[in-house]
Amino acid sequence: MTEIELLSWARGPGLQIASSIFVAGVVIRLFEILLLGRKANLAEARGTEMSSGLKTIFTRTVPDRTTFRRSSVTIVSGYAFHIGLFVVCFLSAPHILFLKDIIGFGWPSLPTPVIDACAVITIIALVATLVNRLTNKVMRFLTNFEDLLTWVLTFLPVLTGYLAFHRIGLTAPSLLAVHLLSVELLLVLFPFTKLMHAFTLFLARWYNGAISGYKGVAS
Amino acid sequence: MKKDLSPQGGARMTGSLGEILRSQGVSRRSFMKFCATTASLMALPPAMIPMLARAMEQARRPSVIWLSFQECTGCTESLTRAHTTTIESLIFDAISLDYHHTLQAAAGSAAEAARAAAMAENFGNYLLVVDGSIPLDNPGYSTIAGISNLDMLSECAKGAAAIIAVGTCATYGGIPHAYPNPTGAVSVGDIIKDKPVINVPGCPPIPVVITAVLAHYLTFGALPELDHIGRPKAFYGQSIHDRCYRRPFYDKGQFAETFDDEGAKQGWCLYKLGCKGPTTYNACATTKWNNGTSFPIEAGHPCLGCSEPDFWDGGGFYKALSMPTENISKSAVYAAAGAAVAGVLVGAMNRSKQNASNRIHIKTSIEDLTK
Repeated sequence: MTEIELLSWARGPGLQIASSIFVAGVVIRLFEILLLGRKANLAEARGTEMSSGLKTIFTRTVPDRTTFRRSSVTIVSGYAFHIGLFVVCFLSAPHILFLKDIIGFGWPSLPTPVIDACAVITIIALVATLVNRLTNKVMRFLTNFEDLLTWVLTFLPVLTGYLAFHRIGLTAPSLLAVHLLSVELLLVLFPFTKLMHAFTLFLARWYNGAISGYKGVAS
Repeated sequence: MKKDLSPQGGARMTGSLGEILRSQGVSRRSFMKFCATTASLMALPPAMIPMLARAMEQARRPSVIWLSFQECTGCTESLTRAHTTTIESLIFDAISLDYHHTLQAAAGSAAEAARAAAMAENFGNYLLVVDGSIPLDNPGYSTIAGISNLDMLSECAKGAAAIIAVGTCATYGGIPHAYPNPTGAVSVGDIIKDKPVINVPGCPPIPVVITAVLAHYLTFGALPELDHIGRPKAFYGQSIHDRCYRRPFYDKGQFAETFDDEGAKQGWCLYKLGCKGPTTYNACATTKWNNGTSFPIEAGHPCLGCSEPDFWDGGGFYKALSMPTENISKSAVYAAAGAAVAGVLVGAMNRSKQNASNRIHIKTSIEDLTK
C-alpha cells in the first residue's frame, strides 16, 4: 500500500468505520446509563433538584483551595491540555472544514500560529500529566493500564497533527495519513474507555448537585 | 523558430551540443546563464556550473527513444509547445530523438525500422523516455504497429542506459489507472525492475524538469538523486504548499470560500476550495509555467496534486484535504439509529435483571438480626 493509498483509506473507509463505531458506542453507553434509572427517594424533599444540579455543573469547574493546593500539577496541566485540545480540535481551519463536511455548518477559525502555540502547550501539558502520574507515589499506585492507554490515545493525535503541520519525519501524505489513523484509533476506543467522561461529566455533576439539592444541602 | 525534432525532417544536426547551440544562435552568455539556472534548480553547488557547462558543450547527441502508450499527448505538448524558443527547447532539439511516433515524419514500418536501427546502434547507451501507462488486462487495448505496449517497453528497455518516465500516467498509472482502471493500467516502474527508472510526474510535467534531468545525465553520466517514489529530489523535494506565495494567507487563516468571493479576489489561500498543495511535491510554485509566467494557484485555481500517485481518486478536486471522502454524516446517522435500538434493548435487559434481583431479594427485619 502506497502512502497515498493509505491516506485515501484513512480519509474514506477508515474514517467511516471509526466514526460509526464512535457514534454507536457513545449512543449505546448513554442509553445504558440513562435507562438504569434511579431508585425512588422516599425521603421528604428539602430543596429542589434542578437548580442545584445545574449550579453544580458550573461550580465544580473551579477547584476549591485545599484541592488545588494538594493537586496543583494535576489541575493546572489538566486544564491546560483540555483547553488546548478544545482550541486545536475545534478552532483550526482544517478541523472546522472537517466538521462542517459532517455536521453541515462551520464557524470562524483562529490564525495558524495561535493553533500551533496551543498544540505545543497541549503536548507539554500532556507530558507533564504523565510525568506527574509516574513520579507521584499515590498516582502511580492508582494508575492502571486504561489510564496509560487513554493518555496515548489523546497524545498521539496532537503529536501527529503537530508533526503533519510542520512536516517532520515523513512526507506530507504519510504524516496526514498517520494523523488521521491516530484520530480513528481514538474514536474507536473512545466510548469504551474513561474518555467517555467527555459525555458523562456533566450528567454526573448534575446528579451530584441534584442529590444535594434534594437533601437541601450545599453541593 | 520552427522546431524539428524528427530524425527524418530538416537537417540532421551533428557535432557536440555546444556546436549545435552556437549554430542555432545561442550566445555564450545565454548558455552560461542556462547552466547556472539549471545548477541552481538542481541544488548543485556553484562550483559545478563550469563543469556542467563543459560537459554540456562537449556532449555528443545522446540517442533518445520516446515511447507513447496510454496517454493524451499532453506531455509532448508541454515539452514542445513553448510560446517562444527557449534554450531548454534548443537542447531538447539537440538530442537525437530517433523515435517519437507523434513527432516523427516516418510512419508504419519505416518508423519501426528507425527504432530498431537506433536501438541496435546505441545498444546499452540510449535513453528511453516513456509517456503513458501500460495496459495489462488485454494487450490489445493499446498497440503500436501491432506490438503491445508491454512488449515494446520490455524490448526497448533491454538496451536502455536509463528510462525516464514522463507524466503521471507513465510514472504512477495516471488517469488510465484511476478507479475502476478498466484496462489494468500500470506504470513503467511496475514493469521494469532491472533498469534505473526516473519518474518525472505531472499532468503534464514541467518542461524544464525534463531538460534538467537530461543535463544532469549529460554532465555526470548518471541520474540525479531521487526521492522514495523515484522523482528527482531537486524538483520534487518541496511541497507546493511550502513554496506557495499564498502560504501567508493560510497561516493567517484567510481563505477564499468560493471562486468569486472577496477572498478569491484578494488572492487568499485556496485550501478550502480543495487545494492539494500541502500533499503535493512539485516545482510549479518555483519554476512556474509558460516561461515563468504563473502556475495554477497563481491563476486562481487550487492545485490538483497531479504529480502524486492516484491524484484522480483523491476524493474530489474541490474537496478540502481535511474533509472526509466518504459520506460520514449518513453512516453516523445509521450507526446512531442502530445503536439507539441496541441501547434500548441493553437498557431493557438491565432493567429486567434489576427487577429479577428485586424479586428474589429477601428483606431482613430487626427480629431476624436479633435471633
